[in-house]
Amino acid sequence: MSKSSNVTNVVLAGLGGQGVIRAANILAEAAFLTGHDVKQSEIHGMSQRGGSVTSDVRFGLEVVLSPMVPTGEADFLMVLHPSQVENNLYLLREGGVLISTRMILEEGKELDALDADETPLNSRNFNVGLLGILARYLRFPEDAWTTAIRKHLPEKVHEQNLKAFAYGRSLELSPR
Amino acid sequence: MLQESTQLLSGNEAVALAALHAGVTLGTGYPGTPSTEILENFAHLGGKAQWAPNEKVAYEVGLGVAFGGARALVTMKHVGVNVAADPMFTSAYTGVRGGFVFVSADDPGMASSQNEQDNRRYARAAGVLMLEPSDAQEAYDFTLRAYEISEAWRLPVMLRMTTRVCHSKSVVRPGGVAIKPAAPPHFIREMSALVMVPAFARPAHRRLREKLARAAEWNDQSDLNRKIMKSPDLGIIASGVSYLHAREAAPNASILKLGMTYPLPLQTIRKFIESVKRCVVIEEGDPYLVEALRYEGWAVEGKPEMYRFGELNVPRVRRILSGDVSPEPIPPRGKPPQLCQGCPHRMTFAVMKKYDCIVSGDIGCYTLSVLPPFETMDSCVCMGASITVGLGLRHALPPEEARKVVSVIGDSTFVHSGLTGIAEMIYNPPETGHVVVILDNGTTAMTGMQEHPGTGRTLDHQPTNKLSFERVLEAMGVPHVTVTENPPDFEAALKAALDRTELSVIIMRRTCRLAEPKIQLYEKAAERCNQSQQVTQE
Repeated sequence: MSKSSNVTNVVLAGLGGQGVIRAANILAEAAFLTGHDVKQSEIHGMSQRGGSVTSDVRFGLEVVLSPMVPTGEADFLMVLHPSQVENNLYLLREGGVLISTRMILEEGKELDALDADETPLNSRNFNVGLLGILARYLRFPEDAWTTAIRKHLPEKVHEQNLKAFAYGRSLELSPR
Repeated sequence: MLQESTQLLSGNEAVALAALHAGVTLGTGYPGTPSTEILENFAHLGGKAQWAPNEKVAYEVGLGVAFGGARALVTMKHVGVNVAADPMFTSAYTGVRGGFVFVSADDPGMASSQNEQDNRRYARAAGVLMLEPSDAQEAYDFTLRAYEISEAWRLPVMLRMTTRVCHSKSVVRPGGVAIKPAAPPHFIREMSALVMVPAFARPAHRRLREKLARAAEWNDQSDLNRKIMKSPDLGIIASGVSYLHAREAAPNASILKLGMTYPLPLQTIRKFIESVKRCVVIEEGDPYLVEALRYEGWAVEGKPEMYRFGELNVPRVRRILSGDVSPEPIPPRGKPPQLCQGCPHRMTFAVMKKYDCIVSGDIGCYTLSVLPPFETMDSCVCMGASITVGLGLRHALPPEEARKVVSVIGDSTFVHSGLTGIAEMIYNPPETGHVVVILDNGTTAMTGMQEHPGTGRTLDHQPTNKLSFERVLEAMGVPHVTVTENPPDFEAALKAALDRTELSVIIMRRTCRLAEPKIQLYEKAAERCNQSQQVTQE
């Protein structure tokens, strides 16, 4: 399906408790601080109990109308759990970019492997790490991201999340 | 009027901010997705907010505030309005003095609800005014306007929101709506207005209908409704979030966007319909608008019945506009929610499964026990129905089946509407007796761990009086009240209760795993506060 507007559409997906909504809040805030019109939409409630969660973030220099990303029009799909890639791929437009844990995890490893390796990523901040990867595609100024990260996370985890973000942003991704 | 900078807010946060700016004296409600965050944010911003045991209580407390001349905010999810319907209908007769705004947060698509009722019909049925914001900016603006309108017409206003308005964030510029400060609260005795005996209620009903007729005329002049005139080939009438989907789906269409949807601005609508060649009503849920317009004899298109179910979105609006009734693609299934690892409900349901109980269930996290691996819930209708439906089953089933019936209810739900069920059980006991299990995990877990009268803490987690379930049950005359805290004790208590033909209530008390760390913090804070008070007294 062709895109209906010049708005950038991001869908974030994962399981309840993984920080999907938190990552969406940070992304929406960073877009807002960059001067974009923004809408962010989510379904919560039952999703708190470990079920599938998605949040839509739409932004652009023109007015964003619907808060929901139309099916098949996501420019970016960022998925926090390997089990949630397949069932969300239909949201991504042709040529859209998938950002997933595959980019930060070795083949066959679980998310908690991040707690043991030498990267600044761990099983709690990798959502912000994946935002770092997404940030490579978006032209937001650095301080919009850092301000958004600081605003939406408790102070004691600011430093490690900023490191996780910087790490994601610096990753050399192999072409897929 | 406060001038504040632009912010990124959810619809719920925007309502809370507007309530603060409107000088609301008291916010009250019962937690329910997607309405819960309104009062939490109102309290966070410094407003006075409290959880009520249920929505009827909240509505009535709010009404008292408004009878006293002050401004009240009452919040609930759509099914909560069913509970509050009794005072709502008659409050349209009495009217209000201070501004009275209640939020009905509907859940089309049932992200977290047991039905997808469309509460716009309630506004018309009761005769209360209704505003429908479409995003967070309008949630802010319309909340302030709602207080102004409520006081101008001296009527309750329903602020009708939906999941996608409550839980969507967008840019809000506060300060655009000026509202005069609330008058100082003062009680004016006027029995014919506030005492709804038939002799006073008959003229009150006539007054209401006259007010509504005048409000409809006023709405025809109101800037709450907006026209965007583009191509005359296609006109769309929409309200709430449907308006945003429609604008995106049909960028060249002319649109009449309704902000106040009861009473309807019929002349404005008629002129719009006459100005376009084809007119389509885009509305989520029931055909509320389309029925009202067809009743006037106007040729408007509605949506095919298949789009009555679930939320609308841009692709669905495109399909409606093109008359596409082919089957919709079914999105891949995600992972369903489940009871947390270590959740105390898990073992409780494992025991009930072992004894092959017929479980009359209720609303809360524990409703998830219907899913594998437990599959231990046999009915769930509405808040409190576990106890009473269980009693009905006990009355009707043959004794060998009746004796397996167990009613299971959570702690917050028990306070919400379980107490009347216990009164019924005492008053009309089934021949086989009955067994009620209260799953007391010390919080309103499903909606995000809110306090309730049984936790002994207020909305903002400060200590207050605590309702003791066991003392209430004993005082009501339940002969067997058992409190258990671990699986073996629970199993023994359940077995004993199932074996006797008497009335038993088992309170299974074990704190929610998610809430536990927070509750410990609240308790420590209360202890510190206590100690410092003792020091001061000494």
